[in-house]
Order: sequence, then C-alpha cells, then structure tokens
Amino acid sequence: MAQHQVNYASSGGLPVVLTSADHLINWGRSNSLWPLTYGLACCAIEMMASGASRFDFDRMGVIFRASPRQADVMILAGTLTKKHAEFTRRLYDQMAEPKWVISMGSCANTGGMFNTYSIVQGVDRIVPVDIYLPGCAPRPETLQYAMMMLQQKIRRESANMNKNKKQRFI
Amino acid sequence: MRRYTPKDNVQKKAKYTDRFYVTPSVPREQVEEGSFFASVVENLKSKNIELLDTYIELGQLVMKIKPEDNVKAITELKENSCFKMCSELSAVDYLAQDGEFEVFYQLLNLDKALRARVTTRIKQDQAIETIVGVHKMANFAEREMFDMFGIKVNNHPYLKRILMPDDWHGHPLLKTYPLQGDEHAAWYEVDKIFGKEYRDVIGPELRDPARIDRYDTQRFARVGHEVPFGADPSTIDETEVKIEDRYSKTFATDYTTGSKELENRR
Repeated sequence: MAQHQVNYASSGGLPVVLTSADHLINWGRSNSLWPLTYGLACCAIEMMASGASRFDFDRMGVIFRASPRQADVMILAGTLTKKHAEFTRRLYDQMAEPKWVISMGSCANTGGMFNTYSIVQGVDRIVPVDIYLPGCAPRPETLQYAMMMLQQKIRRESANMNKNKKQRFI
Repeated sequence: MRRYTPKDNVQKKAKYTDRFYVTPSVPREQVEEGSFFASVVENLKSKNIELLDTYIELGQLVMKIKPEDNVKAITELKENSCFKMCSELSAVDYLAQDGEFEVFYQLLNLDKALRARVTTRIKQDQAIETIVGVHKMANFAEREMFDMFGIKVNNHPYLKRILMPDDWHGHPLLKTYPLQGDEHAAWYEVDKIFGKEYRDVIGPELRDPARIDRYDTQRFARVGHEVPFGADPSTIDETEVKIEDRYSKTFATDYTTGSKELENRR
C-alpha cells in the first residue's frame, strides 16, 4: 500500500503510454541504425572519423557492422568503379529488410570528377538511394546530419516498407 | 561541362596552333667515351645485340633495340651491367603517327644509382616476348600492358586482364578509346547486374554532374523548389512552390543584392 495517495487520473500520472505501432517500430529503427562498414575511397576516411571518438556516431545509436546481414544502412562512401558495382549490388541484396542507402560524396552521387569510362555515374544506377549527401569529401558533421535526415525520414514513413515509395527500379 | 570531342584523330592534329609555340624537347647527349654507359653499350654490342640508337637523356641511358632482342638484351644488362632491377615496363601508343607501339623497359643499377631505358617498337598486331624469366615484376606489368593496350606477350605465365574486369571490351589506354567509354562501357554495370532488358528502365548515363531535371522527382531537386518524393511529374508545374532560401541570406553576405546581412548581424 502506497504511503500517500496517487491520483492516476491526473495529468502524467497514468503509467500508460499510448502510441501507434508505426511510431513504436520507427522509434526503434531510427535510433539504432547500423551501417555497413563499406568505405570505397577517400570519403571512407571521413566516415571512419564520424565513427571515432571526436564525432562519436555511437551516441546516436549508429554502430558500424562488418556484415551486411546485420546492417540496416549502406553508406556508399566514395568512388564506385564499374568493376566493383556488381559486388555493391550483391552486398545490398544480402542486407535484410528494412534497408536504406546513403550516397556519400560527389563521386557516389553523380560520378563527380571522374567523368570517365570506368566509374559508375551515380550509384542510383544500381541501388535505390534514400539520402544524397553532397561534398568532396563531406565532413563528419555532414554525415551525421545525413544520418539525422534519414532518421527523420524513417520516422515520417510507414513501418511497413512495402507502403513506402522507393526509387524507380526495384 | 567540358564539351566532348571525338578523339579518333587526335594525334594527327596539332594540339597547339600558336605559331610562336615551340614544342619543348629534352636535350639528348652522346654517350661519352670511357664512361660507365659506354661500357654498357660496348658490352651489348659485343653480344651481337643490334642497337638502333643510343643516347643519354636526363642522365639516363636510352637504347633502342629490335623487338626480338628484348629478352637477350635485358638479361645481358642484368647479368653483366648490374641493372638488377626493372622499375617500370609499359608501352606508348604511336599508332596514329607511326602505326606502332613503343614498348619500354626502365632499368635501375642499384650499385651505381644509374638508370637505363630499353625501348623497342612493335606493330599493332605483333606480340612481344615476356621478360618474366629475367625480372619477376614483369608479371603484373606485362598484364597491365596487355590490359591497357592489347599487346600480346608470348610465354607469359598468366596473361589476363589486371585492372579492368575480365569481360571488358577494348583497351582503355589506346588513344582511340573514348574517355567516356564506348557503348559496352556505358552499359557495363547495368548489363552485368540487371541484364540488357533493364537498359530502358535505368536509362543512359548522365554525364553532366551539375544537371538537374526539374521533372525528375526521385533524384536531386532544385534548391528552393523541393517537391515531394515520387510526385507525379505532370503536376509539378502547378504544385511547385518556391521555398525561400534559408541558407545564404541569414548566414552570409548576399553579394547579388548588395546587402551586407552578415555585417549587420555583427
């Protein structure tokens, strides 16, 4: 028996939270985004800095995983060559749903300065991209901002990934 | 974006049309009597290796030989002249000018810290003998030469592409190879991952990184004119609303209107 009377009906007194399934699931998903450790070029240095102590991705629940099976986000950090495109797509296919893609830096967005025969002219030719992050290379703060934008996007959308719009081909 | 011009006959045209322009050239010196390089040349001549030309360029001995003598000459330089290391091996495309490739071997004498270059000219379809038996580094270097120029190397242990994928068409370092790739290169990743029937879905490569398509609602948007993702392109003209730029006007000087917001804020 309580020492003093608790009025459960007064504001904030009820030990109950009301929410929707979408909100609850998206709250969990957006606060534990685990990206795949997938550095392709110099943007990977900035991605590593984002994960290290000064910028500290861990405080946002962003923990790098070395396996596509455990990852939710693929950060395409750097120049993607045509020779490697096949393997990027395979890694993307190996990731479990739900999954998101951040295209980091000019090279991943559009091919950037590599307007040549051997570079994929934008990774959205092979995987559907959620966030395009500009910069050459983007600073770690920018990558954190992109991750926060992705969190906002996840919270805004339906928890049922089939209902969300994706980029054209898949 | 820089305009793309066909590079088929780029070697035949003069790059500079300035009549006062003098093409820079590296001075060539004769091999001095009694020097180390002279003994190298004498040694090769005594082994019946025909030297088409010999000179010193930037302190390096350059020897032009016949292509069939390459293994013999390089073995001789390694064994008797102490050029123990081959630091680089590749080719130069002179097809438009002379119809030939120039294959060069850059050698280093570690004892005397002197360098020598052996060059030889081969026709387009002519193969050259491997020097892997003399210098192990030639294994990768000759594979790269094959990959980039299509020069066949006889008796190479594993002649296969090294930089480009195995199913690539063409040899990218040829002067006739377009910088932005031929049709096979343009569709390579699409064909390989999705198959040829997906070409229509994915579309051709966008070669201008600054290009923004106003009616593409899935990729980049015009800044200040953002529309919802995947919106119907036909409705854009009505629904597009100009969003006032939040970035430049509050944080930086707007040089176009002449107002000095940044200084006022201070």
